Amino acid sequence: MTLQLFLLLAAALFAVGLYGLLSQQSIVMILMGLELAINGIIVAVAAFWFFAASGRPDGQVLVLVAISAMAIEMAMGFAITTAIFRARDVDMADSASDLAG
Amino acid sequence: MQTVIFLICAVGAVAAGIAVFRVDSMARATLALLASFIFAAVPILLLGLSYLGILVILMMVMEMMIMAVFMVMYMMNPAGLMPMKMVHNNKMSLVIAAAVFVLLAAGALFTPWPSGTAEAAVSGSTTTGGRSAADPTLALGLDLMGPHMLVMIVIGLALFASMVAVVVLSTHRGRYDRFGDDLQRRPADDPVRGGLGK
Repeated sequence: MTLQLFLLLAAALFAVGLYGLLSQQSIVMILMGLELAINGIIVAVAAFWFFAASGRPDGQVLVLVAISAMAIEMAMGFAITTAIFRARDVDMADSASDLAG
Repeated sequence: MQTVIFLICAVGAVAAGIAVFRVDSMARATLALLASFIFAAVPILLLGLSYLGILVILMMVMEMMIMAVFMVMYMMNPAGLMPMKMVHNNKMSLVIAAAVFVLLAAGALFTPWPSGTAEAAVSGSTTTGGRSAADPTLALGLDLMGPHMLVMIVIGLALFASMVAVVVLSTHRGRYDRFGDDLQRRPADDPVRGGLGK
Protein backbone atom coordinates (compact mmCIF):
# COMPACT_ATOMS: atom_id res chain seq x y z
CA MET A 1 0.00 0.00 0.00
CA THR A 2 1.48 3.27 -1.09
CA LEU A 3 0.08 6.75 -1.42
CA GLN A 4 0.32 6.43 -5.19
CA LEU A 5 -1.93 3.36 -5.25
CA PHE A 6 -4.55 5.12 -3.14
CA LEU A 7 -4.42 8.20 -5.34
CA LEU A 8 -4.78 6.03 -8.45
CA LEU A 9 -7.89 4.44 -6.93
CA ALA A 10 -9.24 7.89 -6.09
CA ALA A 11 -8.51 9.17 -9.59
CA ALA A 12 -10.23 6.18 -11.17
CA LEU A 13 -13.32 6.61 -9.00
CA PHE A 14 -13.41 10.33 -9.76
CA ALA A 15 -13.05 9.74 -13.50
CA VAL A 16 -15.83 7.13 -13.55
CA GLY A 17 -18.06 9.51 -11.63
CA LEU A 18 -17.19 12.32 -14.01
CA TYR A 19 -18.14 10.18 -16.98
CA GLY A 20 -21.50 9.48 -15.37
CA LEU A 21 -22.01 13.14 -14.56
CA LEU A 22 -21.36 14.21 -18.12
CA SER A 23 -23.08 11.45 -20.03
CA GLN A 24 -26.20 10.42 -18.13
CA GLN A 25 -29.58 11.90 -18.92
CA SER A 26 -31.59 10.78 -15.93
CA ILE A 27 -31.19 13.12 -12.96
CA VAL A 28 -30.87 10.26 -10.48
CA MET A 29 -28.05 8.71 -12.53
CA ILE A 30 -26.28 12.09 -12.55
CA LEU A 31 -26.53 12.09 -8.76
CA MET A 32 -24.96 8.64 -8.72
CA GLY A 33 -22.05 9.94 -10.76
CA LEU A 34 -21.63 12.81 -8.33
CA GLU A 35 -21.55 10.35 -5.43
CA LEU A 36 -18.83 8.30 -7.10
CA ALA A 37 -16.72 11.40 -7.68
CA ILE A 38 -17.06 12.54 -4.06
CA ASN A 39 -16.21 9.02 -2.92
CA GLY A 40 -12.94 9.28 -4.85
CA ILE A 41 -12.22 12.51 -2.99
CA ILE A 42 -12.89 10.78 0.34
CA VAL A 43 -10.41 8.01 -0.51
CA ALA A 44 -7.80 10.56 -1.56
CA VAL A 45 -8.19 12.66 1.58
CA ALA A 46 -8.04 9.60 3.82
CA ALA A 47 -4.84 8.49 2.09
CA PHE A 48 -3.31 11.94 2.41
CA TRP A 49 -4.17 11.99 6.09
CA PHE A 50 -2.54 8.60 6.64
CA PHE A 51 0.61 9.09 4.62
CA ALA A 52 1.32 12.75 5.22
CA ALA A 53 -0.11 13.81 8.55
CA SER A 54 -1.44 10.85 10.50
CA GLY A 55 -0.21 12.41 13.72
CA ARG A 56 -2.91 15.06 13.57
CA PRO A 57 -6.66 14.62 13.05
CA ASP A 58 -7.10 17.55 10.62
CA GLY A 59 -7.34 15.27 7.58
CA GLN A 60 -10.08 13.24 9.23
CA VAL A 61 -12.10 16.42 9.71
CA LEU A 62 -11.85 17.01 5.96
CA VAL A 63 -13.15 13.47 5.33
CA LEU A 64 -16.09 14.25 7.59
CA VAL A 65 -16.82 17.42 5.62
CA ALA A 66 -16.74 15.44 2.36
CA ILE A 67 -19.11 12.83 3.78
CA SER A 68 -21.61 15.47 4.87
CA ALA A 69 -21.32 17.16 1.48
CA MET A 70 -22.24 13.81 -0.05
CA ALA A 71 -25.27 13.42 2.22
CA ILE A 72 -26.50 16.97 1.61
CA GLU A 73 -26.01 16.65 -2.15
CA MET A 74 -28.06 13.48 -2.23
CA ALA A 75 -30.91 14.89 -0.14
CA MET A 76 -31.10 18.16 -2.06
CA GLY A 77 -30.83 16.35 -5.40
CA PHE A 78 -33.74 14.09 -4.61
CA ALA A 79 -35.80 17.01 -3.29
CA ILE A 80 -35.23 18.95 -6.51
CA THR A 81 -36.05 15.85 -8.54
CA THR A 82 -39.28 15.48 -6.60
CA ALA A 83 -40.18 19.15 -7.06
CA ILE A 84 -39.53 19.20 -10.79
CA PHE A 85 -41.22 15.84 -11.30
CA ARG A 86 -44.31 17.15 -9.52
CA ALA A 87 -44.32 20.41 -11.43
CA ARG A 88 -43.75 19.12 -14.95
CA ASP A 89 -43.32 15.34 -14.96
CA VAL A 90 -39.64 15.72 -15.84
CA ASP A 91 -36.99 13.22 -14.80
CA MET A 92 -34.37 13.87 -17.46
CA ALA A 93 -31.79 16.62 -17.42
CA ASP A 94 -32.43 17.34 -21.11
CA SER A 95 -36.04 18.30 -20.43
CA ALA A 96 -35.04 20.79 -17.74
CA SER A 97 -32.81 23.02 -19.80
CA ASP A 98 -34.64 26.30 -19.18
CA LEU A 99 -31.49 27.96 -17.94
CA ALA A 100 -29.29 26.74 -20.81
CA GLY A 101 -27.58 29.77 -22.28
CA MET B 1 -1.71 -9.24 2.87
CA GLN B 2 -3.00 -5.72 3.28
CA THR B 3 -1.81 -4.87 -0.19
CA VAL B 4 -3.69 -7.84 -1.62
CA ILE B 5 -6.89 -6.81 0.12
CA PHE B 6 -6.36 -3.25 -1.03
CA LEU B 7 -5.83 -4.28 -4.65
CA ILE B 8 -8.88 -6.53 -4.68
CA CYS B 9 -11.05 -3.81 -3.19
CA ALA B 10 -9.64 -1.11 -5.45
CA VAL B 11 -10.33 -3.13 -8.58
CA GLY B 12 -13.74 -4.09 -7.22
CA ALA B 13 -14.63 -0.48 -6.43
CA VAL B 14 -13.73 0.77 -9.89
CA ALA B 15 -15.37 -2.19 -11.64
CA ALA B 16 -18.58 -1.72 -9.65
CA GLY B 17 -18.43 1.99 -10.39
CA ILE B 18 -18.21 1.31 -14.10
CA ALA B 19 -21.02 -1.22 -13.79
CA VAL B 20 -23.28 1.53 -12.41
CA PHE B 21 -23.44 3.10 -15.86
CA ARG B 22 -23.52 -0.10 -17.85
CA VAL B 23 -26.21 -2.31 -16.30
CA ASP B 24 -29.69 -2.36 -17.70
CA SER B 25 -31.78 -1.53 -14.68
CA MET B 26 -31.84 1.29 -12.19
CA ALA B 27 -32.12 -1.12 -9.27
CA ARG B 28 -29.00 -2.94 -10.41
CA ALA B 29 -27.21 0.37 -10.86
CA THR B 30 -28.08 1.27 -7.26
CA LEU B 31 -26.74 -2.03 -5.97
CA ALA B 32 -23.59 -1.66 -8.08
CA LEU B 33 -23.05 1.78 -6.56
CA LEU B 34 -23.51 0.30 -3.10
CA ALA B 35 -20.92 -2.38 -3.89
CA SER B 36 -18.55 0.29 -5.14
CA PHE B 37 -18.94 2.27 -1.92
CA ILE B 38 -18.32 -0.76 0.28
CA PHE B 39 -15.27 -1.76 -1.75
CA ALA B 40 -13.95 1.79 -1.49
CA ALA B 41 -14.58 1.91 2.26
CA VAL B 42 -12.36 -1.13 2.92
CA PRO B 43 -9.15 0.74 1.97
CA ILE B 44 -10.24 3.50 4.36
CA LEU B 45 -10.61 0.86 7.05
CA LEU B 46 -7.16 -0.46 6.15
CA LEU B 47 -5.75 2.98 6.89
CA GLY B 48 -6.94 2.65 10.45
CA LEU B 49 -9.87 5.05 10.05
CA SER B 50 -12.31 2.60 11.55
CA TYR B 51 -14.94 5.18 12.47
CA LEU B 52 -15.00 6.97 9.11
CA GLY B 53 -14.90 3.70 7.15
CA ILE B 54 -17.83 2.25 9.09
CA LEU B 55 -19.62 5.59 8.77
CA VAL B 56 -19.29 5.48 4.98
CA ILE B 57 -20.53 1.88 4.83
CA LEU B 58 -23.54 2.44 7.11
CA MET B 59 -24.50 5.72 5.48
CA MET B 60 -24.26 4.28 2.00
CA VAL B 61 -26.29 1.18 2.80
CA MET B 62 -29.11 3.40 4.07
CA GLU B 63 -28.74 5.88 1.25
CA MET B 64 -28.81 3.26 -1.46
CA MET B 65 -31.90 1.64 0.02
CA ILE B 66 -33.65 5.03 -0.10
CA MET B 67 -32.28 5.56 -3.58
CA ALA B 68 -33.71 2.23 -4.73
CA VAL B 69 -37.16 3.46 -3.65
CA PHE B 70 -36.65 6.67 -5.65
CA MET B 71 -35.57 4.62 -8.64
CA VAL B 72 -38.78 2.65 -8.58
CA MET B 73 -40.77 5.87 -8.12
CA TYR B 74 -39.33 7.95 -10.93
CA MET B 75 -37.48 5.84 -13.37
CA MET B 76 -38.60 4.03 -16.40
CA ASN B 77 -37.65 0.41 -16.53
CA PRO B 78 -36.66 -0.17 -12.90
CA ALA B 79 -36.69 -3.92 -13.31
CA GLY B 80 -34.36 -4.09 -16.27
CA LEU B 81 -36.72 -5.92 -18.57
CA MET B 82 -35.31 -4.23 -21.63
CA PRO B 83 -31.96 -2.69 -22.49
CA MET B 84 -31.58 0.79 -21.11
CA LYS B 85 -29.39 3.44 -22.63
CA MET B 86 -29.96 6.99 -21.51
CA VAL B 87 -26.89 8.97 -22.39
CA HIS B 88 -26.08 12.11 -24.27
CA ASN B 89 -22.73 13.11 -25.69
CA ASN B 90 -21.34 9.72 -24.76
CA LYS B 91 -18.12 9.84 -26.75
CA MET B 92 -17.03 13.26 -25.53
CA SER B 93 -17.84 12.28 -21.94
CA LEU B 94 -15.63 9.21 -22.26
CA VAL B 95 -12.80 11.29 -23.69
CA ILE B 96 -13.05 13.91 -20.95
CA ALA B 97 -13.23 11.29 -18.19
CA ALA B 98 -10.22 9.41 -19.60
CA ALA B 99 -8.24 12.63 -19.94
CA VAL B 100 -9.02 13.63 -16.37
CA PHE B 101 -7.99 10.19 -15.15
CA VAL B 102 -4.69 10.36 -17.04
CA LEU B 103 -4.04 13.82 -15.68
CA LEU B 104 -4.80 12.85 -12.08
CA ALA B 105 -2.85 9.60 -12.36
CA ALA B 106 0.17 11.44 -13.77
CA GLY B 107 -0.05 13.88 -10.89
CA ALA B 108 -0.29 11.02 -8.39
CA LEU B 109 2.62 9.10 -9.86
CA PHE B 110 5.07 11.87 -10.71
CA THR B 111 4.62 14.27 -7.82
CA PRO B 112 7.42 13.86 -5.26
CA TRP B 113 5.20 13.15 -2.26
CA PRO B 114 6.72 13.35 1.21
CA SER B 115 7.89 9.79 1.74
CA GLY B 116 9.50 9.95 5.15
CA THR B 117 6.42 8.99 7.08
CA ALA B 118 4.83 6.58 4.62
CA GLU B 119 6.83 3.40 5.26
CA ALA B 120 6.78 3.91 8.98
CA ALA B 121 3.07 4.45 8.81
CA VAL B 122 2.41 1.27 6.83
CA SER B 123 4.57 -0.89 9.03
CA GLY B 124 2.98 0.45 12.17
CA SER B 125 -0.55 0.26 10.93
CA THR B 126 -1.23 -3.47 11.18
CA THR B 127 -2.31 -3.44 14.76
CA THR B 128 -2.26 0.08 16.10
CA GLY B 129 -4.06 1.77 13.28
CA GLY B 130 -2.03 4.93 12.82
CA ARG B 131 1.53 6.05 13.12
CA SER B 132 1.41 8.17 16.19
CA ALA B 133 -2.23 8.63 17.06
CA ALA B 134 -3.09 5.60 19.15
CA ASP B 135 -6.80 5.95 18.41
CA PRO B 136 -7.70 8.08 15.38
CA THR B 137 -11.37 8.07 16.35
CA LEU B 138 -10.61 9.51 19.77
CA ALA B 139 -8.34 12.10 18.19
CA LEU B 140 -11.08 13.05 15.71
CA GLY B 141 -13.68 13.37 18.42
CA LEU B 142 -11.46 15.51 20.63
CA ASP B 143 -10.54 17.63 17.64
CA LEU B 144 -14.15 18.19 16.57
CA MET B 145 -15.18 19.15 20.08
CA GLY B 146 -12.10 21.33 20.49
CA PRO B 147 -10.04 23.19 17.91
CA HIS B 148 -12.30 22.30 14.98
CA MET B 149 -15.64 22.86 16.59
CA LEU B 150 -16.48 25.51 14.01
CA VAL B 151 -16.44 22.77 11.35
CA MET B 152 -18.90 20.73 13.37
CA ILE B 153 -21.13 23.77 13.89
CA VAL B 154 -21.14 24.57 10.17
CA ILE B 155 -21.85 20.95 9.24
CA GLY B 156 -24.72 20.85 11.71
CA LEU B 157 -26.16 24.10 10.40
CA ALA B 158 -25.81 22.95 6.79
CA LEU B 159 -27.55 19.67 7.57
CA PHE B 160 -30.37 21.49 9.31
CA ALA B 161 -30.73 23.96 6.44
CA SER B 162 -30.86 21.10 3.95
CA MET B 163 -33.55 19.35 6.02
CA VAL B 164 -35.71 22.49 5.90
CA ALA B 165 -35.01 23.01 2.20
CA VAL B 166 -35.79 19.39 1.35
CA VAL B 167 -39.13 19.55 3.14
CA VAL B 168 -40.01 22.84 1.44
CA LEU B 169 -39.04 21.54 -2.00
CA SER B 170 -40.82 18.24 -1.75
CA THR B 171 -44.03 19.41 -0.10
CA HIS B 172 -46.95 18.90 -2.41
CA ARG B 173 -49.18 21.68 -1.14
CA GLY B 174 -47.73 24.41 1.04
CA ARG B 175 -49.47 27.17 2.95
CA TYR B 176 -49.52 29.48 -0.09
CA ASP B 177 -51.55 26.88 -1.97
CA ARG B 178 -53.97 26.63 0.90
CA PHE B 179 -54.33 30.24 2.08
CA GLY B 180 -53.54 32.21 -1.07
CA ASP B 181 -50.59 34.44 -1.88
CA ASP B 182 -51.33 36.82 1.00
CA LEU B 183 -52.13 33.95 3.40
CA GLN B 184 -55.51 35.60 4.08
CA ARG B 185 -57.93 33.18 2.43
CA ARG B 186 -60.31 31.49 4.89
CA PRO B 187 -61.35 28.75 4.82
CA ALA B 188 -58.29 27.13 3.30
CA ASP B 189 -58.56 25.88 -0.26
CA ASP B 190 -58.19 22.16 0.25
CA PRO B 191 -59.01 19.53 -2.35
CA VAL B 192 -60.65 17.39 0.29
CA ARG B 193 -63.03 18.87 2.84
CA GLY B 194 -62.34 18.06 6.45
CA GLY B 195 -60.97 19.35 9.69
CA LEU B 196 -62.49 21.65 12.24
CA GLY B 197 -65.37 23.91 11.25
CA LYS B 198 -65.86 22.63 7.72
